[in-house]
Amino acid sequence: MWRYSLRRLASAIPTLFVVMTVAFFMMRLAPGGPFDRDRMLTPEVEANIRKAYNLDEPLVVQYGIYLSKLFRGDLGPSFKYQDYTVAELIGNGFPVSFRIGITAIVLALIVGGAFGILAALRQNSLIDHSVMAAAMIGITVPNFVMAPLMTLVIGVYLHLLPAGGYGGGDLRNLILPTVALALPQVAYVARLTRASMIEVLRSNYIRTARAKGLPGRLVVGRHALRPAFLPVVSYLGPAIASIITGSVVIETIFGIPGIGRYFVQGALNRDYTLVMGVVIFYGSLIIILNLLVDLTYGLLDPKIRHD
Amino acid sequence: MADSAIRRAAGVFAAAVILAGPFDGITPAAAEKVLRIANMGEPETLDPHKTSTTIEANILRNLFEGLMVLDHSGNVAPGVAESFSVSNDGLTYSFRLRDTAKWSNDEPLTAGDFVFSLRRIEDPRTRSQYAEVLYPIKNAQAVNTGKAALTELGVAASDARTVEITLKAPTPYFLQLLTHQSALPVNGKEVTRLGEEWLKPGHMVSNGAYMLDDLKPHSHIRIVKNPNYWDAAKVTIDAVVFDPSEDRAAVLKRYRAGEFDVLRDLPNDQLGWLRQNMPKELHIAPYAGIYYYALNTTKPPFNDKRVRVALSMAINRELLVERITTAGELPAYGFVPDGTANYTARRVPWRTMSQEEREAAAQKLMGEAGYGPNKPLRLQLAYNTSENHKRIAIALAAMWKKINVGIELVNTEVKVHYSNLRIGDFQMGRAGWIADYNDAQSYLFLAQTSTKQQNFSRFSNPEYDRLMDEASLTGDAGKRAALLEQAEEILLDELPVIPIYFYVSKNLVSTKIMGWRDNPLDVEYVRNLSLAD
Repeated sequence: MWRYSLRRLASAIPTLFVVMTVAFFMMRLAPGGPFDRDRMLTPEVEANIRKAYNLDEPLVVQYGIYLSKLFRGDLGPSFKYQDYTVAELIGNGFPVSFRIGITAIVLALIVGGAFGILAALRQNSLIDHSVMAAAMIGITVPNFVMAPLMTLVIGVYLHLLPAGGYGGGDLRNLILPTVALALPQVAYVARLTRASMIEVLRSNYIRTARAKGLPGRLVVGRHALRPAFLPVVSYLGPAIASIITGSVVIETIFGIPGIGRYFVQGALNRDYTLVMGVVIFYGSLIIILNLLVDLTYGLLDPKIRHD
Repeated sequence: MADSAIRRAAGVFAAAVILAGPFDGITPAAAEKVLRIANMGEPETLDPHKTSTTIEANILRNLFEGLMVLDHSGNVAPGVAESFSVSNDGLTYSFRLRDTAKWSNDEPLTAGDFVFSLRRIEDPRTRSQYAEVLYPIKNAQAVNTGKAALTELGVAASDARTVEITLKAPTPYFLQLLTHQSALPVNGKEVTRLGEEWLKPGHMVSNGAYMLDDLKPHSHIRIVKNPNYWDAAKVTIDAVVFDPSEDRAAVLKRYRAGEFDVLRDLPNDQLGWLRQNMPKELHIAPYAGIYYYALNTTKPPFNDKRVRVALSMAINRELLVERITTAGELPAYGFVPDGTANYTARRVPWRTMSQEEREAAAQKLMGEAGYGPNKPLRLQLAYNTSENHKRIAIALAAMWKKINVGIELVNTEVKVHYSNLRIGDFQMGRAGWIADYNDAQSYLFLAQTSTKQQNFSRFSNPEYDRLMDEASLTGDAGKRAALLEQAEEILLDELPVIPIYFYVSKNLVSTKIMGWRDNPLDVEYVRNLSLAD
């Protein structure tokens, strides 16, 4: 397993390199630059600033400078948030995004998984139809509709929880954003679990188990559950990467200081170094999580082992 | 299913642990008076010499205090300088610092700190984006562009308490400039000692009514009362928390939930509701800024004055501000807002006409320029992404149909938009301008040839430039006003821009706050406010 993991990680390095290179050049080829704003800089001042950031060099040279700094672990300063380095911004924001994101995933797995199994076991019953209808709504109602609605009702009208803000990490401030982030995931997981559970329940080995007289509880719990979770696990790999890196919608609506906003704002602000920082960070996360997914496969299904 | 039940319980436990994780709390002490301000954006820096936005200014003016400040009405008042004198030729200002002025680390504030600070902002190595605003100081431009040594800057410490600033030319608005955040002092010793680290909480030394306590990017900036401030006895609010959330609608909900005391800037589509439900808290006041369209005068059709004037005449500005922008913006028939210091704003001559008469006149001008029903003018109107800009553009496009002008809307993100304006790749483009100081020059310089890329229209008129130059060299306030007024008349005759409306400031201020007074630069110092229990 270790050799497999190392091999996978080694083979991922070129991928990451390509992604990074493409991002570097695309970003700089996009029209508009970090210093284009309503108040223009004088040409001398702009030239001076560009020089300080090496933006006056040819692109290839800039790329070389960037790489050499990157190998020394330096992601550079943010162009927009001048008091911070890119590493500081990611270091400050990621724990927040991670905390909300991973809680949302756990929530999605537990609630979505439970409902999915329930619906599969009672296929075509009232429960099944209500769960699937609710899931459909969860998937189709976008976050930017659901989140403001939740703040309005729970925060403004009922005063049950803060309507927004991070509150320094207070639990009460995190409930609404976590739930808002989890809802569509709950729905996805419920649908995936149900579909694959139904398929597994129809398979020959389950029929055999039943024929041998095993009680239903045991058939589902011991034999059906694990394989039924396989599609959920493969969905979760990339999903976790995207959820724990934050959501720009959730972060702006609830005022959460995560890193989700940097993906969008970084690009809009032409904050070159910040965009590169989040691309590399996100890319690495996806690679690691995909590997973890493949390893989990082995745990869930003995037929897939990476020895 | 027993093992899955255990797994589930473990999951719930894990969730609880994760959620209850680190809590870097900012719970206020019981009797502490805390003002919570939704500041509508994350500051790009807290360094007064690198700052460029009002988001930063709102915070910085409470952390640092300059030689001069603005009073409640937006007039210049003594800040950390208790008095000043000006030489007869208007070129040398001498400021006497208060003997009780100190830094938050208890060290005395000296004239040397101001010398250090002004040199620092003009030092090319600081890479200040706003150094230009202080170019009226002698040799500032030369220093900032690396053509002169730092020591040649026109600032000196005659003694520990006297700052002497020499100007390039008499600049009547110079005291106004000193109230701008770029003229705030920093502690030379600490900045030199700590490098970039001086900006972090625990390190930052400041001389204003407040000092930095805590900050987390995109979460909050908390400042607390500075016991060493010279007027600390009068400061009644103990701490201020600035929230950087940008989503105006979300922030308004949080205000309604009682999470903020002040909202800077409001969503326009909520103003109707706010007028009805929170009239006492809603503050709308004239703001020193203009919303306009720049016309590219270097290319057809806008190299033809008749077309420029016709387009400007055909707009029904009253209808636009009443139905589209709705915040009480003032229709702009000139380029300098009313109420600008030492100035009588000029207005277009056709202002007295009715809208029908204007449209008829506009049609006639278009006809003379060669356009009409059989030869309509097709134009591209560029604006940066924003619901407000889009609605205005659509409304204006509808108004221009009447004079046979067809508009194609070109929407780009903000960086692309301003890049296009900068390189002149546009026909007609949206722009806005907020004055840095309350003076007509702060608007009119936009149309000077020497303003280069910020002069989006590429307007170049020798007489205009001459008047502006002459005004900048005149010490006589009356003569200067007359020159600037003449310049504005040229601008309104040539109309290289389409003035649309003058901005208003939009604040929501809790009724618990006492002492809030609206003013044209939308400047509030927290030390002038108090909070009812």
